[in-house]
Amino acid sequence: MAYSFDFSAVFDYSDVLLQGILMTVQLTAVGTVFGVGLGIVGAAVMTSRSRILRVIVSAYVELIRNTPFLVQLFFIFFGLPALGFRLSAWEAASLAMVINLGAYSTEIIRAGIEATPKGQIEAGLSLGMNRVQVFRHIIISPAMQRIWPALSSQIVIVMLGSAVCSQIAAEELTYAANFIQSRNFRAFESYFVTTILYLALAIALRFVLKMVGNHMFKRRSHA
Amino acid sequence: MLSFTFWDILSNLLLAARWTVLLSLIAFVCGGVVGLLVLLARVSRSAVLRKLSGYYIEAFQGTPLLMQLFLIFFGLPLVGIEVTAWLAAVLALTLFTSAFLAEIWRGCVEAVPRGQWEASESLGMTYFEQMRHVVLPQALRISIPPTVGFSVQVIKGTALTSIIGFVEVTRAGTMITNATFQPFLVYGLVALIYFVLCFPLSFYAKRLERRLHVAR
Amino acid sequence: MSLVKLQGIRKSYGSNEVLKGIDLTVNEGQVVALIGRSGSGKSTLLRTINGLEEINGGALEVDGEMLRPGHTNLRALRMKVGMVFQQFNLFPHLSAIENVMLAPVVVKKQNKAEAREVAAACLAKVGLADKEKSYPDQLSGGQQQRVAIARALAMQPRVLLCDEITSALDPELVNEVLNVVRKLAEEGMTLILVTHEMRFARDVCDNLVFMHGGKIREQGEPEQLFAAPATAELSQFVGSVAFH
Repeated sequence: MAYSFDFSAVFDYSDVLLQGILMTVQLTAVGTVFGVGLGIVGAAVMTSRSRILRVIVSAYVELIRNTPFLVQLFFIFFGLPALGFRLSAWEAASLAMVINLGAYSTEIIRAGIEATPKGQIEAGLSLGMNRVQVFRHIIISPAMQRIWPALSSQIVIVMLGSAVCSQIAAEELTYAANFIQSRNFRAFESYFVTTILYLALAIALRFVLKMVGNHMFKRRSHA
Repeated sequence: MLSFTFWDILSNLLLAARWTVLLSLIAFVCGGVVGLLVLLARVSRSAVLRKLSGYYIEAFQGTPLLMQLFLIFFGLPLVGIEVTAWLAAVLALTLFTSAFLAEIWRGCVEAVPRGQWEASESLGMTYFEQMRHVVLPQALRISIPPTVGFSVQVIKGTALTSIIGFVEVTRAGTMITNATFQPFLVYGLVALIYFVLCFPLSFYAKRLERRLHVAR
Repeated sequence: MSLVKLQGIRKSYGSNEVLKGIDLTVNEGQVVALIGRSGSGKSTLLRTINGLEEINGGALEVDGEMLRPGHTNLRALRMKVGMVFQQFNLFPHLSAIENVMLAPVVVKKQNKAEAREVAAACLAKVGLADKEKSYPDQLSGGQQQRVAIARALAMQPRVLLCDEITSALDPELVNEVLNVVRKLAEEGMTLILVTHEMRFARDVCDNLVFMHGGKIREQGEPEQLFAAPATAELSQFVGSVAFH
């Protein structure tokens, strides 16, 4: 018996899909802004002279990088309430995204900082700047420019990874797909459409990040 | 009511972790084989093959692994192929792995300097001889660290198969949590098991990479 | 009067002692060149005067700022000592004028308008008034090095250190940089240079310091030093360098 595909059964729920897309975008935006911020701080610490802080941050980075996002999410959502931190699905998902991207971007940005030519730092020091000023004015901007492509890829990976937030009932795009297929019993069609939407989101996100990079690191009018 | 001791919980998780390891191994090996084929297409002289393999990679890198799992799990039965959660998991992870490895390896092939191609071409080698004797051996050397590094992504990826009902360590964790109401302990242990599996690989990958940089 | 005073400066890398007790005095307005073979310790010595190399022994005084081993008021020292590097070390993400303005704004807390004015004047002084908005990778090596000089000058240092500042330049670009240094010397700037440009050293410097094996072997006025080297090392060195 041949199966007849029916995609219209999915598009009947396009408002649900749209809502899911918005939530995925929002989750990604929160994760990116705070995660990259966390990464900059983490990378600054990793390249600092305090051994204790370096050990703490690298423990965090390794712990996150070597465990699945899904498990981190479960731990935050189901495990933390045991310690008295009760979070909504939405808060838990956002927090997990920030913590996850924070670890990866710490590692990526650290590599960018370490690629700073030594002479740049010496030039800053020789002008009387202290280490914090050298980091802020001389190191970080070229470092971010250097690693922006790698960081962008990681942000896309994290956006796609957010699909599992549906598992704690955070109402993002995959949650929308689950909801739709539970109504129309068209699992394949629902997930197929959702997959295409994710692909479109990934392409759009890559484009946006490229634009952001061009804008942030733009500097010349080519006079 | 059944009561679980700490050791009950841990031993049950470890038993389930065997499936995580087995699934990771199969996916990594099969993904490597398929990935090599995709790689050859990606760096071939045929524009069509290059384009098709490019789309293949983009399709898997641009969509969530969870969706890939769902499409296989729910899609294959529609064309008459009955799949168990286990088979869907193996299939999805294999394809996912192949796409990522092909892309990693393409980078390694392209990192071999242009002059190597020109030199071997000037010696009269054919494309396949160049590939076989000059380019791939050099690419292989630099591909090992990122390949080992990616194996960590495969292991972590297996966690998603819990969502389609395959009982590996994450799924076991959820089941035990439901019985013991100790999510903090159970998910903490689950995370620890993943860490013990993954950290040595990440560490090794990093060391290999450092050694490669020193050697260069 | 003496502006820079080094007393018994020692510096080691592990067990390798590269500066073995250096005494040197540089007076205000003097132009001094450190010469010698590579590995003689002249670059290391220069870098200690800016605190880029920590010293293991001795004392260093620049315009009243003291520096001793372990004692690190580097900031005060560096406000008085400008430095120009072999590799320029311009900040690639900043335009020429931003490179020059950065330290006055960040370190001296000058307001931006004021700093911009000073920076523009410094760039004009090195002949690059028309390159204010250019980024380092849009400038030739000689131009980059002149921006680097302007950047150091904007901090109004009492003494300027130049570490082989023409060694990374193509031959045809060397003179535009040396001319700037010559002009600074004529204006009475105190300069300490490490250089391989012997003709320039002879023409411009008041004093040459010949280093060998981590020590100062000879020093004196250029003509006298080149005409009658007192040590075998210096006569060998003089014989080996071309006066082009």
